[in-house]
Amino acid sequence: MLPMDHVIALSAILFMIGVLGVATRRNMIVMLMSIELMLNAANLAFVGFNRIWSQVDGAPAIDGQVFVLMVIAVAAAEVAVGLGILLAMFRNRDSVNVEEVDLLKW
Amino acid sequence: MPIEPIVKVLFVFAVMVMGLAPIITWIERKQSAVMQDRIGANRADLGGITILGLLHPAADVIKLFTKEDVVPAGANRVMHLLSPLIAAVPAIIAFAVIPYGGVYQFGDTTLNLVGADIDWGLLYIFAIGSIAAYGTVIAGWASNNNWSMLGGLRASAQMISYEVTMGLTVVGVFMVFETLRLTDMALAQDSIFWLFGVVPLPAWGIIYQPLGFVMFLTAVMAENKRPPFDIPEGESEIIAGYHLEYSGMRFGLFFMSEFIEIIVIAALTATIFLGGWAVPYASTDLIIDAITPWMGVGFATGLCMLIHFSTFMLKVIFMIWVQMLLRWSLPRFRYDQVMSLCWKILLPLSIANIFVTGLVLLWLKG
Amino acid sequence: MTVETILFYVFATLAVVSALGMVLNIRNTVASAMSLVVTMVSLGAIYLLLEAYLVAAIQIMVYGGAIVVLFLFVVMLLNLSTDEFPPGRQRFVKFAVVIAGVAILVQVLIALGREPLLAAQPEAVPEGFGGYRQVGISLYTDYVLLVEMASLLLLAAIVGALILAKRKID
Repeated sequence: MLPMDHVIALSAILFMIGVLGVATRRNMIVMLMSIELMLNAANLAFVGFNRIWSQVDGAPAIDGQVFVLMVIAVAAAEVAVGLGILLAMFRNRDSVNVEEVDLLKW
Repeated sequence: MPIEPIVKVLFVFAVMVMGLAPIITWIERKQSAVMQDRIGANRADLGGITILGLLHPAADVIKLFTKEDVVPAGANRVMHLLSPLIAAVPAIIAFAVIPYGGVYQFGDTTLNLVGADIDWGLLYIFAIGSIAAYGTVIAGWASNNNWSMLGGLRASAQMISYEVTMGLTVVGVFMVFETLRLTDMALAQDSIFWLFGVVPLPAWGIIYQPLGFVMFLTAVMAENKRPPFDIPEGESEIIAGYHLEYSGMRFGLFFMSEFIEIIVIAALTATIFLGGWAVPYASTDLIIDAITPWMGVGFATGLCMLIHFSTFMLKVIFMIWVQMLLRWSLPRFRYDQVMSLCWKILLPLSIANIFVTGLVLLWLKG
Repeated sequence: MTVETILFYVFATLAVVSALGMVLNIRNTVASAMSLVVTMVSLGAIYLLLEAYLVAAIQIMVYGGAIVVLFLFVVMLLNLSTDEFPPGRQRFVKFAVVIAGVAILVQVLIALGREPLLAAQPEAVPEGFGGYRQVGISLYTDYVLLVEMASLLLLAAIVGALILAKRKID
């Protein structure tokens, strides 16, 4: 049997690593990958809690896993669009450093 | 101490990986020689005895082990070392779910001739097949070479495109057999299907899904980067593509992983479409009942097990022969032809196949 | 200490170490992407231990086998492998953010440790939990609207990515 509090703790740790990745790194690709890590941490929390509450009147309840599939679909869509933005950014500024995309700053 | 899984793992490793993969290098040389009206490689000898060139795989292994491992200057050494492993390991662990035989009762022990009888066996193979893409991608990048990088880019695009098609083409078979467990799929093909109620045919996947068979074979050969889809290692265009800067046993691992994947493809196609271990027109009960009057139930079950295993290996060798035939007959596709074949032809066809299969199943069952 | 518990700790450590490797790796973007793959596959293994089989297979197939390959493709296409940005301005702000993040994490972990619901052993799963049949039935009866919306979202993403990444036609 798995220690469920450790599963949710792992989810929290991975989420915080993702947040710190987005906050500190300036490479756009690593920022996108850290966002993926945050989504994965949320997925782990979904699956973990679904394991705790796994049945409704004896029938299996898999709503958490259905939502994980939706999150994976959303993450895939977001990665595609994010990389498209990155390509456009690279073509304009010839760099993926997000600190160089600051023309709208006063 | 779980003896049974360890024996099964050792068996798979000994027979399939160490035994059959070198034989395939011999098959490739000899079959291409026969098809091209020449003799092929037959010089490797042991004290003057050449056995039709069967010692060439051993000679290959010795050569690859004793060659120098060259790592190009400026290459990422860790990735250069890891990528043959990332390419080889998924090919080998795919054998865990392929059934070599059915379930046999010996008194009160049950013997299930499969490594891991998991409920989602087909999904497992696709999942680890998608990890195998990293071997080529990282190999292309880690070599610090323009041609390797081109090969790696082409490989990544080709492999992830054909993974989609590979998954969609077996949805038809999944709908017919209603299971992803490969042992149940092979068991369901162990019977007779009456076409129009009159003609008896073995209930194989290829009878139910002929278009699915052709599409699956195309998609999975493209996934394996086998000619005619060997754009990533296009020999006449980009020298040797992603495994250009690899020598010695690192190249040997790439080489071996491609041939092991040929066996995986053959075994998978045999299980899903050609009936797996099932003998056509002779179901398991028929065979055991036919042999029992002479030998008793225990021996009959054992003999049936051997018959099933030999049938499976025959089908695997047949599919290997088919893949070699396609490899040596068809010229290489151009890169844009490979991509348009996947996205413009195979994807719509596979979705149409799913739709038609659904309609037919609905009509037959409702 | 069953085998499952030991495997969980192994994969959890692997996931955390490779996540840190991805975020802290300054020099090599491709190595960051490969660390992300290791994280995805370890999370897939943890889903297997949590008996969510379909989700584990889809995680490895989609995340590990397609999304990160997309990242690698872009990295290799634009030749962005080395990340040589000088340690920029606002170094102290970033340090403060990291300290605040770790403080929040520690508080969350303490709160989790006190939660009685999580400390109890999870019950045995019913038959068919986590298998593709149950998830498939649920997807196409209870959550069919979600499936349709996801397909529309993916269509929008395909069209958007194509337009954004296309070169200008003059």
